[in-house]
Amino acid sequence: MTKVTMRTYSYLFLLPAGIIYFVFYLLPTILSFFFSMTRWTLTKWDFIGFENYATFFSETSLSIGFKNTVIYAIVTCGLKVVFGLLLGAFLTSQVKFKNYLRSVVFFPTLLSTIAVGIAFSTMMHPSQGVMNKALDAIGIIGPDWLGNTKLALLSVASVDVWKGVGVATVIFIAGITAIPQEYYEALKIDGGSNWSAFRHITMPLSRPAMNSVIILAFIGGLRSFDLIWAMTKGGPGFTTDLIASIIYKQYQAGFYGLATAGNVILFICVSVLAFPLYKFLTRSEVDV
Amino acid sequence: MGRGGRQLALGVVALFISTMIFWIPFYFVIINSLKNQTQSADLSMAWPTSFHFFENYKAVLSASEHMLVRAFLNSALLTILSIGILVLVAAMAGFVLQRREGGRASSLINFLVLAGLMIPPAIVPTIWVLDGIHLFKTLTGITLVEVSLHFPFAAILYKAFVASLPREIDESAMIDGCGGGRLFFGIIFPLLKPVTSTIIVLTSINVFNDFVNPLYFFPGSANATVQLTLYNFMSRFTTSWNLLFADIVLISIPMLVLFIFFNKKIVAGMTAGAVKG
Repeated sequence: MTKVTMRTYSYLFLLPAGIIYFVFYLLPTILSFFFSMTRWTLTKWDFIGFENYATFFSETSLSIGFKNTVIYAIVTCGLKVVFGLLLGAFLTSQVKFKNYLRSVVFFPTLLSTIAVGIAFSTMMHPSQGVMNKALDAIGIIGPDWLGNTKLALLSVASVDVWKGVGVATVIFIAGITAIPQEYYEALKIDGGSNWSAFRHITMPLSRPAMNSVIILAFIGGLRSFDLIWAMTKGGPGFTTDLIASIIYKQYQAGFYGLATAGNVILFICVSVLAFPLYKFLTRSEVDV
Repeated sequence: MGRGGRQLALGVVALFISTMIFWIPFYFVIINSLKNQTQSADLSMAWPTSFHFFENYKAVLSASEHMLVRAFLNSALLTILSIGILVLVAAMAGFVLQRREGGRASSLINFLVLAGLMIPPAIVPTIWVLDGIHLFKTLTGITLVEVSLHFPFAAILYKAFVASLPREIDESAMIDGCGGGRLFFGIIFPLLKPVTSTIIVLTSINVFNDFVNPLYFFPGSANATVQLTLYNFMSRFTTSWNLLFADIVLISIPMLVLFIFFNKKIVAGMTAGAVKG
């Protein structure tokens, strides 16, 4: 680096951001590894080694969060990819009212998650809710969407998809628009159908967009908290508790060391699941 | 049926399905925010027997000594401050990171920034740090937390955008005797406007709608943000669904207005961030 470069592009420009990022994000992240091994009251701590982790994995009420979080992330991510791809392909075709439909799909993204959670939990009310009344009208007895232990997690996940599919769709729209039209024209000359265009051109060539969607949705799913908290608070029992809601419950109960251990488990989930997924996806990417 | 006819039919079907899936929840919330308490308790889609627009909305706004009004002020202040600081520090950082790419420190910094996109924040230790520097439960404290959490995304967008600005601009400014500060604030920063507006829109949605960080870092009724009032009202108004829904409508308005004005910008920003980043 020349002297001029040093002066013009000085690292001093990084300092304000660097200080804020270090103090309010990096430092707490580093400290969490230590505090997760303590019994901690914010003013005092006793070092107890891996006891918090042992507690976490030995109590069903805590470790269920680990299982639920992975299920929740996979279900929401999978559905967002499928619906996002289909909607993206549909909304880049010659269909009428395209701009309006794009706006409508994107709209829920702007809403507060808590508001969406409250609205849907009333619509999912087992006897009075709009959803079961509609099912009633066609002769089906609807389930207790949020009270049934087998169904509740999936009900919340589907609301998550309702709210988040707009982002996935927009990313797919961007990816599909970037595919050169010549490919489609060549296929049409060879007499290919719309389905084969989707299967052999749109799907493989929107891979970079799909990878972005998978990573964003998967990490978002692992970190989810507000929707579950607004809709079920982890219930019935602990059947919809996620790691993030367990962290909050332990924090509220004053178990700061245990809450921080939950946090570290969440980092490890992201590092062990999402980083390799990211590596795998970007390695097998084809250039357009 | 011709090709145009088929596209039209498909469009009409899509309009119908989108109404079912996306508009009914809105209709449900708005219509119930206008009913009286008894009728809203049915949680039905029925048309109100009598309209209670002013009573309901006034009741929500004045509940708990105008807590919602205070919350709107808090949320607006939090959003504006966070965006102001974020744009300034992230633009400076993105500029230097791009121009010094390959420099000694830059690969480590890039890794730390990228990690921030993926790794969830450590909550209780953050409270401990905030408490230690006397910023816990303060607007300054939560603003800086929001800035640090949105920094990676903003810095990466800025960095990508700076790469598209030719270095000749910098060089001619240097020849004219510009130092780093004047080059950045006088010439580069104004050129970053497109990406700055994207960041402003996306960050305001995220910060205004944020529930988790205010819940942890900004507790107390004097500090309430709009998302927390909704959450608090949820337990207080369990028998008055009309008021709860009126609150939902009120706190959704700012972002809907933003959407109407910046519809295209939001979509462009989402795609730029997700695909290039």
